[in-house]
This record gives sequence, structure tokens and C-alpha cells, in this order.
Amino acid sequence: MNVLPAQLTALAYLVAAVCFILALKGLSSPASARRGNLIGAGGAVLAVLVAFLSESLQHLGPILVAIAIGSALGVPAARRVAMTQMPQLVALFNGVGGGAAALVAALELTERHGNGAAAAAAGGFTVLVGAVSFSGSCVTFAKLQELMTTRPVTFPGGPVVFGGALLAALALAVGIVVQPAGGVLVLLLVALALVALFVGVLFVLPVGGADVPIVISLLNAFTGLTVAASGYVLGNTLLLVAGTLVGASGTILTRLMAAAMGRSLTSTLFGAFKAGTGAVAGTGEERPVRSGSAEDVAILLGYARKVVIVPGYGLAVAQAQHTLRELAELLEARGVEVLYGIHPVAGRMPGHMNVLLAEANVPYEVLKEMEEVNPELKTADVALVVGANDVVNPAAKSTPGAPIYGMPILEVGEAQQVVFLKRSMRPGFAGIENELLYDPKTMLLFGDAKASLTAVVSAVKTL
Amino acid sequence: MDGITLLTIFVLSVFIGFEVVSKVSTTLHTPLMSGANAIHGVILVGAIVVTGRTTSGLGLVMGLLAVVLATVNMVGGFVVTDRMLEMFKGRQGGRR
Repeated sequence: MNVLPAQLTALAYLVAAVCFILALKGLSSPASARRGNLIGAGGAVLAVLVAFLSESLQHLGPILVAIAIGSALGVPAARRVAMTQMPQLVALFNGVGGGAAALVAALELTERHGNGAAAAAAGGFTVLVGAVSFSGSCVTFAKLQELMTTRPVTFPGGPVVFGGALLAALALAVGIVVQPAGGVLVLLLVALALVALFVGVLFVLPVGGADVPIVISLLNAFTGLTVAASGYVLGNTLLLVAGTLVGASGTILTRLMAAAMGRSLTSTLFGAFKAGTGAVAGTGEERPVRSGSAEDVAILLGYARKVVIVPGYGLAVAQAQHTLRELAELLEARGVEVLYGIHPVAGRMPGHMNVLLAEANVPYEVLKEMEEVNPELKTADVALVVGANDVVNPAAKSTPGAPIYGMPILEVGEAQQVVFLKRSMRPGFAGIENELLYDPKTMLLFGDAKASLTAVVSAVKTL
Repeated sequence: MDGITLLTIFVLSVFIGFEVVSKVSTTLHTPLMSGANAIHGVILVGAIVVTGRTTSGLGLVMGLLAVVLATVNMVGGFVVTDRMLEMFKGRQGGRR
């Protein structure tokens, strides 16, 4: 349908762009976050309606069917995914967005020649970065889903292969800018897409598990930029503005995340290239640890004055948030002061743990951020670490060269006693041994976090 | 639209993007990333436009694939962000 005059179309796109700005603004503050997201969704729906009304489109039926299929895939995935698996879903959504942008730009370049060298350059950029974002996101998905190792994957000559592939991709992109005839252009685009997919895989493989969230955020910014570039190719201001907004805010967000983890972006991305084989990785030697029963843990907790709970990903996997809250309430009823120490990257993404605990109705006031809780730990009788490892690993302070070195940690070692609820002695997501487990003041209770907590809850009840 | 106008829009948008998220607490990093992720799903507009113009069979297949992928990104992105933020609701109520 071509019912909307050009001016009205431009105005409607402007309204949508403003919606996106308000959405990002709203999402930056807890009170307005949900409304912000709805405003963004409204802007997106408006933009799609305008696209239908302003262009004389062929293939209207198939397009509507494709949208229905996309919704049928996306909505149930978003609705049903367990909150623990949300980071990989976001990675996947980001990847398909990058793939879509690459397809759009490739199609536009092959079907409408003579848009000028600038448009060809923007199109080449979109295909390159969109494909990198797609394959990179797929690898991050595989890492988070633990379909593959979460350790940095390096191989001899890796940096050389990466550099070579990147140069090849850039050369192909230059080839596209000089605008060869139709058949050659298609070949170049296909080759560029394939090389870029390979670059994306090589880009993410060397990144260690703990740093994956930063990479998701970076790839998110990449996809934003590809959308902006495809907006340039199509001459569509809305795509340009929306993509640029995401690209810019995504870059800032990536830097904020890296700062929260005490990492520089370059060491995150290329650390594994330099560090080589992580010398501090688990040596597998047998050393004595002090393990206790649920009753031992219950006695420690029940007669403490102040307990700081440090939840981690293991808690989320075991779906033990609710049992943990029950334990905390029992302890409070006994007059124990209970606080939660939340590391900025507890879970799999910054802020992930806050989402999970909010789901279990843990009151906001007792969730303490790292800077607040570290002084509290000095006066705590017991630090109860539930399914966390890397965020309390003193190697981050004491072992230069450890993959997490320099990351601020929750200093649970400062508490009088430390209790770890762990599945096994297996190291955490970053794959580093934790010295604190062997400390004489540490007690370990092995088992699934939910089973262990349930046992501790009933033991506390009988005290 | 000419290149300079588009460049102007691009540069101004960069500054707005930097500005709107410069002060955000770690609590909201995940929802903000997810929301931004949904916003770039607006590539759906581009996918619809190029698919509607294409004349070749291969172009149609590529275009429709782009439409499907972009819809997954956009619709799924907003839904999952809303689900995340829903969990903050009770907490915000308790805070006031």
C-alpha cells in the first residue's frame, strides 16, 4: 500500500525514533524501566506499520507469513526461557538481528546498483559486521549453554589466522566499494559473508567464560552499527537513528560492564592471545578440604549474629532462590542479621542475580552491592557462599596472570567463618582454582544448592 | 537523502546514545542491554522494504529470511526484556 505521503512517513519515523530514545532513557532507571521498554516496543510497532503503509510492496502475503513465523519463534522462546538461560537467549536474538541486517544490505546492494561508493562501503560494512555478530553470537550462545568449553579456546597461530581472515574480509569489502558488475558483486558478497562468519567465530573463541557478558554487549553494539549502516544504504533515517543509538549506548554499556568487572576491553578480547595457556588453571592435585554436614552448617548459621549470603550462578541453576529466602527468614526469626552480597557480575551477566532474587521476592533493602558489603564482611560471623566461585576467588587479587586477575571480588575471606555450598570441587565458570576452599576456616557442604539448602533449613528448624 | 544530512543525523545520534545511558546502575545492565537489543530489531523495517521491492526468486528467499530473523530479534527482544523487568515490579513497590 502506498497511502502515506512522504512527509507523514518521515514524521512517523521521527516519532518512532523519539520513542527509542525515551526507551533507552527509561531503561536506565529502575522506576521507569518497564514503561521505557513498552515505549520502545510501541515505537517499533509504529515503524513497522509505517513501512507497510508508505511503500508499494510486492509479496505482501509472504512477508506477513514471515512475520508470523518470526513471532511464533520469538515469543514462546522469550516467554518460556528460564531466567538463568536468559543471557544466551539475548545473545541469540542479537545474532539473528545481525544476520538480518547483513541480508538486507546484501540484497539492497545486488538489486540496486549505482547508489554511490559511500552506500557500497556502508553495505560492505553491514555484511561484514553483521555476519561477525551473527557467528560470534552463536559461539557465545554455545559457551553460555555449555555446549562447548567455557575456557578460552586458543590454538597455535590463532592470532595470525584471525589477522589474515580480517585482512581478507577488508580486501573483499574494498572490492565491493569499487562496484564491479553484477555477477562479480554477488560472488564478492558471498565470499565476504563467509569470511566474516569465520572472523566472528575466531573473535569469540579466545574469550574466557567470565568475560562472555562483555562480548555479548559488544556484539550488541556491533549489530546496532550494522543497522545504522543499512539505514544509510536504504536511505532510511529511522534505521540510521535507531542503529546508531544502540551502537553508541551499547559501546558505553560495554565499557561500564568491563569497568564493573575490573577489566579493560582489550584484555578481555585479546587477553587469551597473549596469556597463552592459563598457568593457574586447576592442577587437579588432591588437597584436604573441610567438609561438613547440613547440621554443622545449621549450627554455624543459627548461632551467628551476622550472616552475609553470597549467591551465584549455582543457586540460579538449582532454582534455589526460594529455599534461600526461606533460610534467610528462619535465621532472621532467630535474631540473626542477614544480608545478601551481590557481585555486579554474579550469575552470567551484570545484574542477572538481582533479577533472579527479585523473582524470589527477596526484599530490595537486604541486597547489598559489592562496595557496601565488603566492609560488612569484616564484622560478619559467617559468609554463606551459595553456588558462587569466581566472584569470591582471592586469585583475582593475589595471582597476576589469572584470567580474572584485577576483577573486584566479594571478600568473604574477611568473615570469621566461610561456608561454601558447592556441587563439587570443580572450578567456576572462569576455570580457576579457588584457594579459599582449602582455607582452615572454610567449611564445604557438597551437593545441589537446592537440596543442600533444604537440608540446612530443616536442620535450623530443629535447633 | 544526501550524505551530509545522513552524516549529521548519525553524529547527533551518537551523542544522544552516549548521553542517555551514561548513568546506569549495574542492576539494570542486563535489561538495558536486552532492551537495546530489541531496538535494533527495527531492522525489520529494512527487511520489509527490500523484500517488497525484490524481483528475483533468490532475493525473495533472502528477504523473507531477513524478515523472519528480524522479527525474532524485535518481538522476542521486547518480550524477554518485559519479563525481566516484571520481576523488579514488586521490589520497586516495596521500596516506596
